[in-house]
Amino acid sequence: MMIKNHLVRIILALFFLQITLTSAQEAQPLRENNAVEAQVQRLSEELRCLVCQNQTLADSHAGLAEDLKQEIREMANKGMSDQAIIDYLVARYGDFVRYRPPLNTTTYLLWLGPFVLLLSGVAGLFLMLRRRQNVQVDTTLSEEEVRRVEAILASDKDS
Amino acid sequence: MKPWQRALIPLVLFLVVAGFLFKGLFLNPKEIPSPLLGKPAPAFSLPRLDNAEIQFSPKEMLGQVWLLNAWASWCPSCVDEHPVLVAFSKANIAPVVGLDYKDTQADAQRWLDKGGNPYVVTVMDTDGRVGIDYGVYGVPETYVIDKKGMIAYKQTGPVTEEALRDTIIPLVKQLQSEVNQ
Repeated sequence: MMIKNHLVRIILALFFLQITLTSAQEAQPLRENNAVEAQVQRLSEELRCLVCQNQTLADSHAGLAEDLKQEIREMANKGMSDQAIIDYLVARYGDFVRYRPPLNTTTYLLWLGPFVLLLSGVAGLFLMLRRRQNVQVDTTLSEEEVRRVEAILASDKDS
Repeated sequence: MKPWQRALIPLVLFLVVAGFLFKGLFLNPKEIPSPLLGKPAPAFSLPRLDNAEIQFSPKEMLGQVWLLNAWASWCPSCVDEHPVLVAFSKANIAPVVGLDYKDTQADAQRWLDKGGNPYVVTVMDTDGRVGIDYGVYGVPETYVIDKKGMIAYKQTGPVTEEALRDTIIPLVKQLQSEVNQ
């Protein structure tokens, strides 16, 4: 009984050892390309699929998106920097290929517009509060008005 | 400012915003302005469809105004475009070079045999690399290239009779009249 138990354990151990060995061998090529794959992934999340415009290259399975990812992979394999690869694509497809538009003369309104709106809102609020303060100045009553007020107050006391 | 004037401010703001949104209804988000306009047409060397042994390069077209038309036998809008291009080629206004994008030789040849061949030469961009260099993101796309090899115009989507009449033919004529330097 004891011997049989040991035998089962040894067989199981060998079995699992073999699994870990084979899987370690298979994973190797992937690990070599890890840096490149990470760069491809990082860039494809920054770049737009031109065919399905509201998707990034990473999300898209359109033919062109696959081609562009392949193109990026090859450039990454050559050791090109993120910026160099983005410039390469912008030269062909324009700024539109970037998910985050760059700050230049055509995009000033896009980038600065919200801040302009915020500032004008704050300025408007400031002006309105100032004006409200001015409205609440003490007003002096004319003699006629004083007399009427006293009359009203007197009649109030009677009732 | 009088009160009735102040009451108009929201209305005016609304009209301005509505005006912009109304204009936006008529913009085509599929039309992406090409950064290649006014730049030299990217060089390439690709095998010809009729004889894969012979390579074609845009350098051969220097000195004339020509059209580069990216198409494919699998492309639905190319069906509409094809007869327009055939008619254009018969008018002998400018040569059209076909860039057969991600297609097979057999399919492309069958397409030309069936619908007529408007191209002076067709080249095979089997892996779509040259398409990427030209910023092609959906066939058909057409480029007008001047005598010096500069891209003067890009038509995204099929070339229509209206586009030819109103834009492409006048542009080609104007470019042809320019002195070759």
